[in-house]
Amino acid sequence: MTTPPGIDAATFADGLAAMRSAVGDEWVFDQPADLNTYRDFYSVLWGEPEEKLASAAVAPASVEEVQAVVRVANERRIPIYPISTGRNLGYGGSAPVLSGSVVVDLKRMDRVIEVNEDNCSALVEPGVSFFDMYRHLRESGSKLMMSVPDPGWGSLVGNALDSGGGYTVAGYRGHFEAVCGIEAVMADGELLRTGMGALPGSETWQQYRMGLGPCLDGMFRQSTLGVVTKMGFWMFPTPEAWLSGSVSVMRYEDLDELVRVANELEYGNLFNGMPGFSSPVLTQENPIAMAMIPEPEVMNRMVAESGVPAWSFSPNFYGPERVIREQWAYVKSRFEHIPGVQFAETGFVDLPLSPDDMERIHKPRFGIPSLEIFSVGSRGYGNFNPSDGHIWFSAVIPRSGQGIIDANRVMRAECERLGLDLFMFAPAVTCWTRSFVLFAAVPVYKDGRNEHLRDAVREIIRTCASHGWGEYRCPPAFMDDVMEAYSFGDHKLRRVNEQIKDALDPNGIISAGRYGVWPERYRHLRRDGGAA
Amino acid sequence: MRLAFAVAGALALAAGGAFAQQATRTGPAAPELEHGKAVYAHWCAPCHANSMGLAGTNSLTIKYEGTDIPGVLEDRTDLTAPVITYFVRNGVAWMPPFRRTEVSDADLAALSAYLTAPLEDRGAHTPLLADEMAEMEAAR
Repeated sequence: MTTPPGIDAATFADGLAAMRSAVGDEWVFDQPADLNTYRDFYSVLWGEPEEKLASAAVAPASVEEVQAVVRVANERRIPIYPISTGRNLGYGGSAPVLSGSVVVDLKRMDRVIEVNEDNCSALVEPGVSFFDMYRHLRESGSKLMMSVPDPGWGSLVGNALDSGGGYTVAGYRGHFEAVCGIEAVMADGELLRTGMGALPGSETWQQYRMGLGPCLDGMFRQSTLGVVTKMGFWMFPTPEAWLSGSVSVMRYEDLDELVRVANELEYGNLFNGMPGFSSPVLTQENPIAMAMIPEPEVMNRMVAESGVPAWSFSPNFYGPERVIREQWAYVKSRFEHIPGVQFAETGFVDLPLSPDDMERIHKPRFGIPSLEIFSVGSRGYGNFNPSDGHIWFSAVIPRSGQGIIDANRVMRAECERLGLDLFMFAPAVTCWTRSFVLFAAVPVYKDGRNEHLRDAVREIIRTCASHGWGEYRCPPAFMDDVMEAYSFGDHKLRRVNEQIKDALDPNGIISAGRYGVWPERYRHLRRDGGAA
Repeated sequence: MRLAFAVAGALALAAGGAFAQQATRTGPAAPELEHGKAVYAHWCAPCHANSMGLAGTNSLTIKYEGTDIPGVLEDRTDLTAPVITYFVRNGVAWMPPFRRTEVSDADLAALSAYLTAPLEDRGAHTPLLADEMAEMEAAR
């Protein structure tokens, strides 16, 4: 039997026995066939000695069982790693960051505790998937709309905790931004409720996020500080209609103005849906992987010869038809000063959606979960198939035209220099409020190519950091590298995080190493040897 | 126990499945297959439904091009419980394995019973959740 680092076999066996007492024999897994299902199927360390593997898994079904499991672990200093649904593929899946940890699988905690139609909010457990929630909302006749990421099998809670994003309305589609109220089991086994949840008898847990004093919700984002057992979300009332437009411009030089005006309109609430930015002329060959942005005269010549616009901006509107048509008219008026600008209404849908609508819409735009995104990897675009999965590279870049140009060129040049394939490359994703995130999907294989891939990604992380671009999220193999880039004040951010970690979890049992934060006892396991 | 009998019965019936290719696919599944069909709807259909643009159906259609093996799992008559168990618990290509907290052993047995039952007992093709919900709302 594999044991967690620093734990002897007798202590580990005693801990698993105590966990069995807490959750029932059938919900503690320590046999190879079961542990195989907890591997990160898209791991860049697959099959190598450094692959991050669980020593066991335990699946509590209630908050009380989670508390019992955490207490068992804390008393014996057994490292644990909570997962919600474990479907965070490309970012680690169901495997721990610290190899040998016991995965606490919360999938069985799958209750939708409350949907409050008047408050437009929900309170759910971590095992509730987007599919589960969608069925719950529709079958109950709810007027509320979810925001979902592309893969619908993930957890509302887990996806928000990892800062996932969807496609819907500002304030909702950055999923952690819609969180209002968290319940978490802390390392000592006690239960914490954030915000108004701390006030017994309050009816406002899903209304006022802050409560009193420091707002602690952020302590649980991408963190190592607790096992989240309930989470509240604000939800968007299903609008009457949706409209999508496009604003296309014909010169390389127009991008800065396109982004500047678009930003002002979004920040002024003139449109509420997720906007898109693209280059039609540079996505002619591959619509999901934008080519490198050439020099201005080259790009302008491409536009002149093809008639295909240089850049496009796509605002999306959710609301009553007469309101969003007026908004679209106003948005168009703000771009009319750009020579050669073209406008088009690219989509309009009355809600609720009909069965026929389902055939022509991008489902996540309407909060409808699916797994259709995975078709890009199974004989989709590009020449990478069949690959064995993918990872994401996703750096926060400046929200400006120049930000798009610089990031595109640096990323494309580095990938070419390092021989790194990309099968999706979107230079400016806008799920998260006021930000641009460069998104690049890299195929992974199980045939020995991963060492090169890891070296290349680490080099790109350093290159991006030298430009001031840091990833907002990453696979476990790169968490230390990415956190290393957030180095202001001699890594003060990491040092404070680790001071908090040591204070709240002195035995260092929860999610050691997640996003580069290591407890004192395991700090030597950081990729730099714990020097920082 | 009831499930075990259902599996054994379904496996025995599946031996004649090759003759059922033209079976009409309408209506609900046979009552003893409802659990398995529900497992299929929740865990398999999002990638393997009888619909274009889905990863599983696309991949298998290409894999079996030029053969008489259909790309939609629900139309297969050559699957066996051990094969289904292997792929569910081990994954393949981009499809990860499924844990027992997701697809329990009982769910897996029911799924196997469904995917190895005579085609005429399986009822209509399983819809995607989005389509099922849209139809439900349209009927309100």
